[in-house]
Amino acid sequence: MYTKKVMDHFQNPRNMGEIEDPSGVGTVGNAKCGDIMRIYLDIKDDVIQDVKFKTFGCGAAVATSSMATELVKGKTVIEAMEVTNKAVMEALDGLPRAKVHCSLLAEEALQAALWDYAKKNGIVIEGLEEPKPFEDHEEEEEEEEEEF
Amino acid sequence: MNKKIYLDHAATTPTKPEVVEVMLPYFTEKFGNPSSIYEFSGQNKEAIEEARESVAKAIGANEREIFFTSGGTESDNWAILGIAESYKAKGNHIITTAIEHHAVLHTCEYLEKNGYEVTYLEVDKDGLVNPNDLKEAIKDSTILITIMLANNEVGTIQPIEELGAIAKAAGVLFHTDAVQGVGHIPIDVNAMHIDLLSISGHKLYGPKGIGALYVRKGIKLRSFIHGGGQEKKRRGGTENVPAIVGFGKAIELAIRSMEAESKRQAELRDYLIEQVLERIPHCRLNGHREYRLPNNANFSFEFIEGESLLIMLDMKDICASSGSACTSGSLDPSHVLLGIGLPHEIAHGSLRISLGEQNTKEEMDYLIESLIVIVARLREMSPLYEDYLKKQVKIER
Repeated sequence: MYTKKVMDHFQNPRNMGEIEDPSGVGTVGNAKCGDIMRIYLDIKDDVIQDVKFKTFGCGAAVATSSMATELVKGKTVIEAMEVTNKAVMEALDGLPRAKVHCSLLAEEALQAALWDYAKKNGIVIEGLEEPKPFEDHEEEEEEEEEEF
Repeated sequence: MNKKIYLDHAATTPTKPEVVEVMLPYFTEKFGNPSSIYEFSGQNKEAIEEARESVAKAIGANEREIFFTSGGTESDNWAILGIAESYKAKGNHIITTAIEHHAVLHTCEYLEKNGYEVTYLEVDKDGLVNPNDLKEAIKDSTILITIMLANNEVGTIQPIEELGAIAKAAGVLFHTDAVQGVGHIPIDVNAMHIDLLSISGHKLYGPKGIGALYVRKGIKLRSFIHGGGQEKKRRGGTENVPAIVGFGKAIELAIRSMEAESKRQAELRDYLIEQVLERIPHCRLNGHREYRLPNNANFSFEFIEGESLLIMLDMKDICASSGSACTSGSLDPSHVLLGIGLPHEIAHGSLRISLGEQNTKEEMDYLIESLIVIVARLREMSPLYEDYLKKQVKIER
């Protein structure tokens, strides 16, 4: 079902983890749909020095976030804007049709992190739109924890 | 461990070698059409009748009440659509539950689009139907109640005898999808007041593509597959003789070993459940703790997603299944897990383990150790877990 590259990135995800005091962080997705991605960026002199991700989701979700981080590392902010879902998918040698939305989520997570960076630094990145607010269902979760 | 550990017997079972052996001659030298007049074909008719007897005996029915079908799905379709049509003069209301197999649910939804009214009973957090809810749902127009014997995902066994008695007292026909139950737990159609019952061959170590529908004597049930006069003119089409013979053998073997095997599997199941709940935090058992199939364990692991879990288990040569959206091909997790009240995010992180005759305690230990590592690994990757930990730190401060 998955390509070798997807399986490789799932089994050995690149850049998985957190960055403390990141230049920008973006979380997208929805636990209800079963996919949440978070990307952290460390940006210095307009260049992405480091990038990390965390993902709750299926094999494709993990692989696309891993690939997205690899594609943007060392790039300038403007170059990072070119890392679209299509670029991520191509780099993975394709995804099953039902999993294309995962690659879209990777693009959205990256752009959400860039948006956060731009906002913190009062800059405008051309073509970047404000991400949808992330709902984390915190209140619901608190009630449900009783069960565990 | 260097062999595959198969823990998905609720999906399908391997056909037993003894079963394959009795089937083989019916592909080659005993290929005759059972309806033909010559002697060598007539023997095939006898073989079918022997298999029918074995199926009847397994559920306490008479062999005249057993009709072979292509499997559980056809049996469910036939029972529900057949009764709906045959009894439409009496009424148009059907009662079922929210956690049925799709073979029942989608058939009921089809009827809804065609002028029938369907009540979907809710179940409690353990997956049990409340008998009082059933009583209250019955109306003058109710013609059929269809409630599964045991759930394929969470393993909960319904109080079928009690539900059947309610149906009987109300004069409503009672169908049960017993695909997961037959050969695993004792079933008696008379004691349980069951009028129609669906069985599948490949869930009890028989071949795929064969099943049966039990229809209590005296019930009007229209033919569903129109054709020749096979199955007392109720199900046309040349009989799948090799599969019928294999099904007969498989059900006979399953019933013979049922008591010992279900006890053995229940012990493995209980060991697994106890170890997983004790050793993996933020984890719950889905389905009823006691009224549960001997071979089923279903867990939800918080903060992780089921498909990732399955791929990682597969990398360790463990075959299992999940109710996550990614494995169902939709965005919603399983209707059964939502039906027992799990929130979406918890339902996404579910794992179904269904045991079989070949599984051992060593395999359970290997599974448990693997799960501990995999769940920890996936949580390390999960933004939900990260948020949870940060929240805990805040609370402690």
